[in-house]
Amino acid sequence: MTDIAVTSGGGSQPTQATAAGLPKPRYNDTLIKYFTIATLFWGIAGFLVGILIAAQMAFPQLNLEPYLTFGRLRPLHTSAVIFAFGGNALLGTSYHVVQRTCRTRLFSDKLGWFTFWGYQVFILIAGLGYVFGVTQGLEYAEPEWYADLWLTIVWVAYLINYLGTLWNRQEKHIYVANWFYLAFIVTIAILHIVNNMALPVSLTSVHSYSTWAGVQSAMIQWWYGHNAVAFFLTAGFLGMMYYFVPKQANRPIYSYRLSIIHFWSLIFIYMWAGPHHLIYTSLPDWAQTLGMTFSIMLWMPSWGGMINGMMSLSGAWHKLRDDPVLQFMIIALAFYGIATFEGPLLSIKAVNSLSHYTEWTVGHVHAGVLGWNGFITFGALYYLVPNLWKKKGMYSTKLISVHLWVATLGIVLYITSMWVAGIMQGLMWRAYNEMGFLTYSFVETVEAMKPYYIIRILGGVLYLTGALVMVYNVWKTIKSPQSESVDANAAKSEVA
Amino acid sequence: MSNKPSDKNSAKNSADKDIDEPTGVETTGHEWDGIKELNNPTPRWWLIVWMITIVWAIGYWVVYPAWPTINGHTKGIAGWTQYGKLEAEKAQIDARQGEWLTQFRQSDFATISANPEVYEFARAGGEVAFKENCAACHGAGGEGKVGYPNLNDDDWLYSGTVEGIHHTLKVGIRSGHPEAHITQMPAYGPMLKVEEIDDLATYVIDLAKGDKAVQTPAHIRGEALFAANCVTCHGEGGVGDRNLGAPRLNDAIWLYGGDREAVVQTITHSRAGVMPTWENRLSEDTLRQLAIYVHGLGGGE
Repeated sequence: MTDIAVTSGGGSQPTQATAAGLPKPRYNDTLIKYFTIATLFWGIAGFLVGILIAAQMAFPQLNLEPYLTFGRLRPLHTSAVIFAFGGNALLGTSYHVVQRTCRTRLFSDKLGWFTFWGYQVFILIAGLGYVFGVTQGLEYAEPEWYADLWLTIVWVAYLINYLGTLWNRQEKHIYVANWFYLAFIVTIAILHIVNNMALPVSLTSVHSYSTWAGVQSAMIQWWYGHNAVAFFLTAGFLGMMYYFVPKQANRPIYSYRLSIIHFWSLIFIYMWAGPHHLIYTSLPDWAQTLGMTFSIMLWMPSWGGMINGMMSLSGAWHKLRDDPVLQFMIIALAFYGIATFEGPLLSIKAVNSLSHYTEWTVGHVHAGVLGWNGFITFGALYYLVPNLWKKKGMYSTKLISVHLWVATLGIVLYITSMWVAGIMQGLMWRAYNEMGFLTYSFVETVEAMKPYYIIRILGGVLYLTGALVMVYNVWKTIKSPQSESVDANAAKSEVA
Repeated sequence: MSNKPSDKNSAKNSADKDIDEPTGVETTGHEWDGIKELNNPTPRWWLIVWMITIVWAIGYWVVYPAWPTINGHTKGIAGWTQYGKLEAEKAQIDARQGEWLTQFRQSDFATISANPEVYEFARAGGEVAFKENCAACHGAGGEGKVGYPNLNDDDWLYSGTVEGIHHTLKVGIRSGHPEAHITQMPAYGPMLKVEEIDDLATYVIDLAKGDKAVQTPAHIRGEALFAANCVTCHGEGGVGDRNLGAPRLNDAIWLYGGDREAVVQTITHSRAGVMPTWENRLSEDTLRQLAIYVHGLGGGE
């Protein structure tokens, strides 16, 4: 595993370092390759399960008892896409970015490999648990105590390795991408530990009792759940954006000042927004108000990242025309903008009373995860693969375009069908006739959803199709003959 | 990777300012793996919109309950609470029901059915309650399915009057309610031979055919068995007995299926379907509305 790590002045290693007379950096790229493959593998698995549960909503006969029912597969889907696909993307890119931007090798290769295999083991034991009905019943925190403890160990190793690499850096300043990655690592650790405080029924039991109860439990759960969105799906992926967008565009970041202000305001304000998941519940009014108002104040700090990413193309917009990898990244930022506008909108009490518990929420989440997290990851991987495997470029630029447009169409079908379904559902639930009785029964609202559920399946199938095209493209790229001393610029002009 | 190393270094050394060529904007002078940062200010519109959201939030805190204090929380000048909002909305709906509901409560079933407006009101309320509570078993239109009676016909197991339906709704069938309908057919498996059950099934199936039934030897043997074992409850010729909840057998309506296999199964093992008691789950108003709705489905007596 060290053969690739030794640089010979070529590949993706910065050659200016040697020109300046500094020692040649030795980066651990093999580890990043493993994370890249794991990201693709779990992505395909997670999308497949997503399509299955989408199909179960439209065709309930597809629930195969007891292991393959919606209730067990839903957390399998969410965990597979968020924590397995997204998590491997974040761990892999963060290790790549921290080495490059600190101009130093990973603090510890052993810890690096421990985090890789340890994280895969966590995914496996958590996923097996779901299928066998082992769950804490906490959304996005379903794994039981033994899996939680294991993840804590892996995560602390990750934090140590990341901090150690930052400590060893050969640059005076810490690049903004690393602030975001570090915020992600530290905060996820805190969220994970607090929400999962539990006492096992016994040391041999897979089940446990939660420390929290009642409305406090609900509040802590959504403080966790919302900040999982904030720090896993937002801060972490913004770290990815802050490295790969300027690299792919070969342009500087638009505004250093904006990155500082939006970083600190984002992490400060996001922490307060959790209660907007509990509007019109037994959560006290004052907490609901704070959750809602902080969500509104979060809108611009969220958009700071989008502005900084998109405006980094200033003076280089022409690159967007020909480079599908850059297109992936910019569309990702556009979806990030849509989702972070829609989020504050949905947190407003009057809107929330219509949208809550409906498919609108599901559509909102998927605009964020399919559009933002998925696309920025695909973009980053298309950048990484030729770099890591020392190729001139991806095997086929056309196939990147195919992936882009098939997946974009999939997202559009997904979110528009869920918008319509969600608003219809909300309106049907609250409709009273002139005699003061409910106009629709619950089952009638379920029946009305069916066409939209079918459109959603189609959207999901398109998204998966795009990802399979990517897997083929990556595989052909890896199999292609190794090029002699390719530098990253050449790799990119091939793509463009 | 962005620039040729020599250019970059010379630019840095020769001037204090590093200017980005395409935009003409100064960079911060830092560089990581070829990435620089421009020294652009934050967009003005961005700051303005952000400040507006902050001002709006502060205004909202003044008006609505917002910040926790040592002994409670700030109440806000509007005096708004979500429970107040709920009460107000419920009052609105109650006001819509108002006049009809008062009349409905004051009238017995006969009076209600004589007053088209109040009857329509009761039926509308019953329809909603039916779809929410009964449709899962009896079907959205009360058409029933195997094991769950069709409510659109006049083949009542107990009573088809509106009072009778109301009573059944309240107490349920084998529900555990002290007044529940609990009569039950015995299982004949231990009492009759397999051939006898088969003959009995032939006769019962023939009953449903009425005059078209053929007097086969099995039919004649079955008739004798029926007279000895079944007639007490199901009556002469299978007319049924609603006091006992014994189904009428001389029609083509089957609760558990009318093919030989199903009928043999019924005779051998008996059947004992359950309907829950709704007495403490639905309000008396809703129960009466439901009774009127079900009665009006088509088979009411």
